[in-house]
Amino acid sequence: MKPQRRLVRSLPLAPTVVLLLLFLAGPIAYCVYIAFTDLQLTGQAHSSFTGFANFRHAFGDPEFRNAVWLTLVFTVLSSLVGQNTLGLALAALMKRASKPVRTLTGGVVITAWVLPEVVAGFLLYAFFRREGTLNAILDGLHLPRQNWLFTLPILAVSFANVWRGTAFSMLVYSAALDEIPSEITEAAEVDGAGGWRRMWHITLPMIRRSIGTNLMLNTLQTLSVFGLIWVMTRGGPGNKSQTLPLFMYEQAFQNSMIGYGTAVALLLLLVGSLFSVVYLRLLRTEV
Amino acid sequence: MARTRASRRLVADICLLAVAVAFALPLAWVVLSCVDPHAGLRVRVPGGLTLDNFHAILTPDITYTPLLNSLILCGGGTALTVACAALAAYPLSRFRSRLNRPFLLTILFATSLPITAIMVPVYALFVRVNLIDTLQGTIFFFAASQLPFAVWLMKNFMDGVPRELEEAAWTDGANSLQSLVRIVLPLMGPGLAVVTVFSFVMMWGNFFVPFMLLLTPDQMPASVSINDFFGNRGMVAYGQLAAFSVIYSTPVILLYVLVARRLGGGFALGGAVKG
Repeated sequence: MKPQRRLVRSLPLAPTVVLLLLFLAGPIAYCVYIAFTDLQLTGQAHSSFTGFANFRHAFGDPEFRNAVWLTLVFTVLSSLVGQNTLGLALAALMKRASKPVRTLTGGVVITAWVLPEVVAGFLLYAFFRREGTLNAILDGLHLPRQNWLFTLPILAVSFANVWRGTAFSMLVYSAALDEIPSEITEAAEVDGAGGWRRMWHITLPMIRRSIGTNLMLNTLQTLSVFGLIWVMTRGGPGNKSQTLPLFMYEQAFQNSMIGYGTAVALLLLLVGSLFSVVYLRLLRTEV
Repeated sequence: MARTRASRRLVADICLLAVAVAFALPLAWVVLSCVDPHAGLRVRVPGGLTLDNFHAILTPDITYTPLLNSLILCGGGTALTVACAALAAYPLSRFRSRLNRPFLLTILFATSLPITAIMVPVYALFVRVNLIDTLQGTIFFFAASQLPFAVWLMKNFMDGVPRELEEAAWTDGANSLQSLVRIVLPLMGPGLAVVTVFSFVMMWGNFFVPFMLLLTPDQMPASVSINDFFGNRGMVAYGQLAAFSVIYSTPVILLYVLVARRLGGGFALGGAVKG
């Protein structure tokens, strides 16, 4: 093919490539650059190159380590354990349940997912507040009440993320379970394999690719949750629910250290890229 | 056998209903509180039915301007995303090239990057190039952040349109752009609807991007302005907050129902990320 013709053919790609270069690749490159400077928010004529100072500062900073730890707790609790397991359980139960129950449960769970992030934050804020619904229920059951957003904020925001994100896992697993041929499960049933054994030895191995994909996407989504936590606790009280995105925001804007905030952002981006690459490998055969 | 199957169904039904109730509790709060004249923070049957909460918030300052801003931002961003994605998907789907595979891999890699992480440098960059606090700058960024997934989806949908129909048009002398607009896009209506609705819903619910890139209160979309209910110290009018949440959430729920109904339960999303 003539080079000229090839150029004309790839011309429709131009708007996309330009937008992505300017507004996605550009900021990422800029991110790498300012992570190594002491850029500040205001009153500074020029920033200077400081090498790895921001990163050294981060690893020595107890607040940064606190944020890393909370991000880990938040991700493991809400994404790996919560959304993933509950999503799979819901999808498996739905295959057995009657149609009206299936439709109702699916509708409610998906509504929680479709709601805007900030609205979800407010609904769960109301649910977990001291005078909110959860404590009203605990009172009704004569169980001890808690000031959830104060004593266990990371648990509250993790539950919030499970509430909001489970629908995605449920949809992915429903699609995966539908693809398992019914002869296989029936054969196992005839051979006398009980429900749990069938799940462990047949279903789970057959949908392992979906599990991998779902875990990756859930984790990536959970790593970048900001609005939900911001609305519910602002990262507080103190920094008891301050995950990395909130820590990054606070350093950059409340403490005016854009350079330091960006260094934290770069670390987050690196972790995200790592998960992204693993995700691509899982999908490798499909491109 | 039949009996165990029936009892198994009953167990599954009970478990699912328990989950449904747990998930519905926070939703019940917003639905009940928006018509409750004395709404508090817990789920309860309203003391009386009233539309006062809606009357109180249906003013230009509280509702109309933020919703209009949301519409401009998300409408503009979605239009840009869908137009660019449709153009880009065409050569990726129709012509063989050595560059297709690396390009698609890059796109797929970009779909899963945490956009939250680059917002601080985007802010710093926008300050330098004078795009901060402008609607067009935010629209461009919205489009760029949504484009990777939109291109990926669009290409997959376009692959489903048979080439034979286009070849007929080519022999009649149509060029690529004409056959894209007149033949391919009309044939992938449902796919186009999915990409459009998905982009719009993602932007409509996005809080962090406008929160970072816009500064003037008059330009804020609903996702940011909703925080004003807590802004001014003192009593929070929970009934009004609930009413605003309902108004702000309704469009995306309707759009979802519209698309889901046309395409059958799983929303093509389940298929788009299948592993």
